[in-house]
Amino acid sequence: MILRPQKEDFKIIGYYLGKIIVGLGIMMFIPLILGIAYREINPTLDFIISIAITLSAGFLLTIFCHTERDPNWMHGMIIVSLSWIAAMLLGAIPMYLSHHWNSYLDACFDSMSGFATTGLALAQNMDHMAYSHNLWRHLIMFIGGQGIVIVALSFLVRGAAGAFRIYVGEAREEKILPNVVSTARFIWLVSITYLILGTGALAAVAFWEGMPLKNAIFHGACIFMAAFDTGGFAPQSQNILYYHSFLFEIVTIVIMLLGAINFKLHYAIWSGNRREIWRNIEMVTLFITIMATFIIVAFGLQRTGTYTEAIALFRKGFYHLISGHTGTGYMTIYAKQFIREWGPLALMGITLAMAFGGSSCSTTGGIKVLRIGLIFKAMAQDIRRIILPESAVIIDKFHHIKDIVLEDKHVRSACLITLSYIILYGFGAIVGMFYGYPFLDSLFESTSAAANVGLSCGITAVDMPALLKMTYMFQMWAGRLEFVAVFTLIGFLVAAIKGKK
Amino acid sequence: MNATYCHCEELSLPVIARAQNARSNLRDCFGLCPRNDRIRCICVLAMTAFWAVIMISTTASAQPISSTDLINNAKEYNGKTVTYEGEAIGDIMVRGAHAWINVNDEVNAIGIWVPADLTKEILHRGAYGEKGDWIEISGVFHRSCVEHGGDLDIHAVSIIKLKDGYSTAKPMSVTKVRYAVISGLILVLVLLWKVYRRRLANIPQ
Repeated sequence: MILRPQKEDFKIIGYYLGKIIVGLGIMMFIPLILGIAYREINPTLDFIISIAITLSAGFLLTIFCHTERDPNWMHGMIIVSLSWIAAMLLGAIPMYLSHHWNSYLDACFDSMSGFATTGLALAQNMDHMAYSHNLWRHLIMFIGGQGIVIVALSFLVRGAAGAFRIYVGEAREEKILPNVVSTARFIWLVSITYLILGTGALAAVAFWEGMPLKNAIFHGACIFMAAFDTGGFAPQSQNILYYHSFLFEIVTIVIMLLGAINFKLHYAIWSGNRREIWRNIEMVTLFITIMATFIIVAFGLQRTGTYTEAIALFRKGFYHLISGHTGTGYMTIYAKQFIREWGPLALMGITLAMAFGGSSCSTTGGIKVLRIGLIFKAMAQDIRRIILPESAVIIDKFHHIKDIVLEDKHVRSACLITLSYIILYGFGAIVGMFYGYPFLDSLFESTSAAANVGLSCGITAVDMPALLKMTYMFQMWAGRLEFVAVFTLIGFLVAAIKGKK
Repeated sequence: MNATYCHCEELSLPVIARAQNARSNLRDCFGLCPRNDRIRCICVLAMTAFWAVIMISTTASAQPISSTDLINNAKEYNGKTVTYEGEAIGDIMVRGAHAWINVNDEVNAIGIWVPADLTKEILHRGAYGEKGDWIEISGVFHRSCVEHGGDLDIHAVSIIKLKDGYSTAKPMSVTKVRYAVISGLILVLVLLWKVYRRRLANIPQ
């Protein structure tokens, strides 16, 4: 029997949702300050309007839904899934006001793409965009990559017992430190430290490569935020190709890989446990999948004769493979080149890499290499079970910060999420084919959206059908939250309509 | 045989100017008199066609080619001299004796590798509040440039400024000011209400 949610349930959800919206409104002050500094008059007004609307909405929710109760697991999941929708709608306001997006739907598409760290973009005339608007595009990637909830947990929720339940809803089941608020603050510490180092490195390279210092710093900060949070936005329409720099590409590869590593592993390395890099199941699986998919891509490119020089094969083939595998979506080629020059085999290699994704508890999307590693380990275990005598007791372990015995519950959970992702990839591909796009193109773009990558073969464009835009938005949202929070929201809505009092 | 001569002339007409010059030069070299010798005429025609093929294979067109055309047909244009025009956007990144500029034809931007001294005329570059100079570039198009790690680019030989850039800074939008004031007032009211409710909650019953 399904029970209809009580009024108190709505109040808890509304109260915490309000807090998260207030957090989002506070973040909008950063581009506002930049707009004032650069004397960008109309963009500054865009942010004043957006801040006023966002803060008003957030405060109204905290007033109307004020409660002292802590959220339970169900509340946590619903708060997270709704907060991402609210962030998309409110984060799109300054974008829409800038007139760089043709419609509010397009602005919402880019807003969801930013928060979900995807990187697919419908922005127009990007080369003439204001600094403040451009910063906002990259900042939402940073906020989304860290987790919108992390913002609220770090600064707005004072040691709430239910904080962990909200944290888990954002597809981060692992606590790094015993206290979830400390965990959130550690994630910020890591990110801010890398932000300073990464921005400095990218700005230095950009300056070295001929950019003026002011622009080098701005581009460095934007590219870092989008690379470390495996997002894929860039300040210029050519993406990373704008810089024409091998060194810049190398630095972004390092940042993308850092972004694809589990924050727990970052903590282990920061604590001096460097051996963890070579032992961790995620790192081992990531290395194997990168190598395997690169062989496919390299073989595919070799067959088509697209890049005959080794350096070109590295700068194009390997770069896009890392960009796809880490879920970043940075590009140094034009979208149409994927279809016209790369050939189906190389495209399939990139699609596989995108589908696999990076580490859990990182900023990447996709199935995640931990699950891939567990499934392969379970397969190997089953094969051994067949070969060995029936009486043999087989116990397998995997190393993820500590040695863990491989149990059926681990494999079941990994298989369920993997299956959900495969269905999501397929769903988007079918919708794409429904609109007449070829199978491989549709699968590539769908996987890119659902795994929060952002590489495009040209389907994502202003003139694509509105339903396809909404499909990709749904995929980005569901893929980023890893389904559980989304399923809980759907269940909650069903209970609210059909449940018994 | 007059007719034959005319026929030869007609066939050679579509060939570009340089090829025509080449043909007449050839005619002079061979000392041909096309009136009486059909074989010689065919020979000239064949030589003309050969030159035309050579010229067409290295020079794509004197007309500007769009970025979409270049990207979609990169293999066909690869290694050919092309003319491309668009707005110079972003920064000029000087690398030794050369520089990178990015030129946007309002659909895509393409990287142009250019001798640094040719960039001196580019005074406006497209950015927020600034429309960049509209320039025409002639140069060799590369689908996958060997010198630049496989980038799709154009190595410019010449740059001509067609239109000067200008400021596109817009005055303050009155509508936006109105919305900002209204939404700001709503926020102030909400905050006052929040403070009032908090004080109300703190008053002992």
